[in-house]
Amino acid sequence: MTAIDVADSRQVERARVQAARKGTLGRVALYVMAFGAAFLAAGPFLWGIITMFKADPDLYTKANNPFIFNQAPTLKHVDFLFTGTPFTTFLWNTVWVGLLVVAITLVVSLPAAYSLARLDMPWAGPLGIAIFFVYLVPPTLLFISLSRVVVELGLQDSTWSLVLVYPTITIPVSVWLLIGFLSSIPRDIEEQAMVDGYSRVGAFVRTVIPLAFPGIVAVVVFAFTLTAHEFIYALTFVSPSAHKTISIGVPTELIRGDVFFWQSLQAAGVIVAISIAFVFNLFLGRFVSGFTQGAVKG
Amino acid sequence: MAGLSLKRAAVTAGRRSLGDREGLLAPLFLLPAVIYIFALVAVPFVLAIGFSFSDVTAGDPSFDWVGLDNYRAIFDDPVFWRSLRNTFVLTGVSMVLVVVLAKALALILVADFRGKWLVRLLVLLPWTTPISLAAVAWLWMLDSIFSPIDWVLRSLGLIESNTFWLGKPDLAMASVIAVQTWRIVPLAAVIIMAGLISLPKEVDDAARVDGAGFWRKLWEITIPLMLPVIAVAALFGAILTFTDMTVVYVLTRGGPNNATQVLSSWAYFKGIEGGSLAQGAAVALFLFPLLLAAAIAILRLVRRMRVS
Amino acid sequence: MPEPRRAGNGGGPEQRKAVVIEARGLKKHFEAGGEVFAVDGVDFATREGEYLVLLGPSGCGKTTLLRMLAGLEEPTEGEILIGGHVVNGLPPRARQIAMVFQSYALYPHKTVLQNIVFPLKAEKMDKKERRAKAQWAAELLGIGDLLNRKPRHLSGGERQRVALARALVRDPSVFLLDEPLSNLDAKLRTSARNELRMFQERLGTTTIYVTHDQVEAMGLGDRIAVMYEGKVRQMGPPEEVYEHPADTFVATFLGSPPMNLVDRGDHLLGFRPESLLPAELVPGDGSRTIMSLRVSRLEYLGGERHVHGIVSGIAGETLVIARLPAGVDTRVDPGETYEFAVQERDLRFFDGATGARTDPRPVRA
Repeated sequence: MTAIDVADSRQVERARVQAARKGTLGRVALYVMAFGAAFLAAGPFLWGIITMFKADPDLYTKANNPFIFNQAPTLKHVDFLFTGTPFTTFLWNTVWVGLLVVAITLVVSLPAAYSLARLDMPWAGPLGIAIFFVYLVPPTLLFISLSRVVVELGLQDSTWSLVLVYPTITIPVSVWLLIGFLSSIPRDIEEQAMVDGYSRVGAFVRTVIPLAFPGIVAVVVFAFTLTAHEFIYALTFVSPSAHKTISIGVPTELIRGDVFFWQSLQAAGVIVAISIAFVFNLFLGRFVSGFTQGAVKG
Repeated sequence: MAGLSLKRAAVTAGRRSLGDREGLLAPLFLLPAVIYIFALVAVPFVLAIGFSFSDVTAGDPSFDWVGLDNYRAIFDDPVFWRSLRNTFVLTGVSMVLVVVLAKALALILVADFRGKWLVRLLVLLPWTTPISLAAVAWLWMLDSIFSPIDWVLRSLGLIESNTFWLGKPDLAMASVIAVQTWRIVPLAAVIIMAGLISLPKEVDDAARVDGAGFWRKLWEITIPLMLPVIAVAALFGAILTFTDMTVVYVLTRGGPNNATQVLSSWAYFKGIEGGSLAQGAAVALFLFPLLLAAAIAILRLVRRMRVS
Repeated sequence: MPEPRRAGNGGGPEQRKAVVIEARGLKKHFEAGGEVFAVDGVDFATREGEYLVLLGPSGCGKTTLLRMLAGLEEPTEGEILIGGHVVNGLPPRARQIAMVFQSYALYPHKTVLQNIVFPLKAEKMDKKERRAKAQWAAELLGIGDLLNRKPRHLSGGERQRVALARALVRDPSVFLLDEPLSNLDAKLRTSARNELRMFQERLGTTTIYVTHDQVEAMGLGDRIAVMYEGKVRQMGPPEEVYEHPADTFVATFLGSPPMNLVDRGDHLLGFRPESLLPAELVPGDGSRTIMSLRVSRLEYLGGERHVHGIVSGIAGETLVIARLPAGVDTRVDPGETYEFAVQERDLRFFDGATGARTDPRPVRA
């Protein structure tokens, strides 16, 4: 934008019109990009939503327009998903594994993060870095040796193997996140509690934990998400159908040989995706601030 | 605050209960985490190294040293080299795409407009959905007969029959890259967005007053200041892509003919499905050096961000 | 700061003619607050080349007003005129204004030279011209030898000068300054204040300056606009605003310690601490008001004494402060009661309900 002479009214008027036009163009571009992005991101799921209600003859005719219902939509396949497949079992397994993993993660990570953030021990710094490095050792590296460990512990083919192993994925990240949160709580509050008569642990439980609540929420959401996503450990450790989680159950059980129950498959994907997305969005505001705090203090 | 620390000193001097012994508390609080990590990460890691030098299989779990035999075997295997190459290509290409798209998406997410909540919800779907389920959704999108993409292309007259998205080697690779990019962009965008928000607003205002238009402001001010954050996002995305086997497993099983095989998926096929635990472990270990390099890079960047 | 060269001295291009900024019925409200009006009806017009100070406590709307003048925010209602033309809808650059922010807002990844040159890139100037102009601005502000440094290697005072150079280099018609001295050490502040004013006088550019520090405002402004809750309470030269405040807010905001206010039912009686002196030092019988002061505390501040006490005889008992300069040796002890007086011409009267200034009322009981 070049300078104009404010004393020249014609120039001022022209500049104003130009600015207004640029403004509207910018708004239009923004909307196009925003909804375009949304469409690209959600495309497969939007398509899945349509698919899951389609009748077989409609779906399996190549020439039919895939985006409209050429025949009446049906709930048959969604029904089949819940009654004719182990889908509900998968859901249930994922939920209880998730809850247990979250509980274990919190119980282990919170004190650890507190120790590193607050109790100034000289080795706190290097240990924090060590935790970060552990986070980077991926399941795809450890799964083979862990499979032997699981067998030795007699947990082969049991969902409990997942309850045992998943915290290794969730704990490092959670500790890292929580350190960020805890560092931002002023020490004065704990010291006040200690002056008021509580022990260090008492002060921790009574003052720090309530204040770190947003961080705890972030950890819960994150840990649950990681549990629901995890694939390779579940694939390696668990084979009986009744013990599978959603993540492996859906791709392995609902694709039997060459017969794909596409509608039910898509229904499964869509239902899980949208549920998690809603929960995530509820916590998103908190989550972003939690992540930022954790990352910046990191 | 002097009064407070005086009182506190008196308190700690008076009370010697467990709840106060900080010297003891610190390691105690850390112990569960350390034990967990040690038992289920460090030990298996060492075990994996050990396995790679052994002859352990699923059928015969006895441990016998075989020296470098496994490594020789996988080096002789062209599929291994294919996997190695694919892993790098996949990660590299998708990361470039992710950075560009995530930056654009971050800018969109910080802007204000109607329906923002809906866009936010939809845009996060690729990230919040379990990877395998997202891959299943794509499996259907890219189906060799019923792909809606093909249907649209056919209706537009651009193609005759079907594009075998997952059936032809190059297309399959492109598909895998596309899916990985698609699922990582939301995460990268959130990280970049967090960085954008923490930029001092007055610098942005000053640029506006100084006459910088949208593009100049972006190129000369915003992006240079955001480089560390963008790099961190890219590295995280790279790590997640590099170590992932789910997308490949669900979409192509590594095919056609191992054209889309990556290190982690190949380790699975060799080690678990193939039963040769030792060779699988050896293959998987090749992930580690690059992860280490990426981790060090991230740490350096984060440190630099905190200083400036 | 070295002696700045006058325009036309081979230093820089000719300065623009100083312009007048006007605000007409300006209002700004933010969605988030609902019905909260950050700026609630502001009208004023500067004079050419004037140094106008917007003074008020935090939250009074002064920064929002400045940002609207700059073009960083659009008003909800009302018009802004620069040089006689309505500039609503024009982006900041097109308004020919320059702004210095509280934190200076230097581009941290660019050198001082690059910072100063940045606004010039928007004009069609070639590289050599740009550099020459930046050099001129830098030397005018005495930072010519810092051109290759990055902001993080500069002191607070140096950063401020870079911000000024960056503003200067555009030949703006108006300078907008948002509390630019508040980030400096207290010691630096007084000398920086002085330099800033001299700088502006030589350039002759119309300047609007925002601050919450009333001492700064009084020392710098040709006129002061006192703002509170989104409105301008009073605008005028420092003397007028200090000696004849338009309402109780202005009366108590300016002056330290603030004006004493005594409640007399339907109106308030006000007099400044420096007007409250021991009775024997206030001449004249018919034109002074006498009151009893029971001293509660005495503060010795070196150059003056502050006497805190309860006054009676003109209304109910009220806590007031009297300011005795160093030359006044009268003995004053806590716990004792003395006769103090105020000249009648130093009394101010404010309406009890609205706080606005009213005509004098009879004082004797």
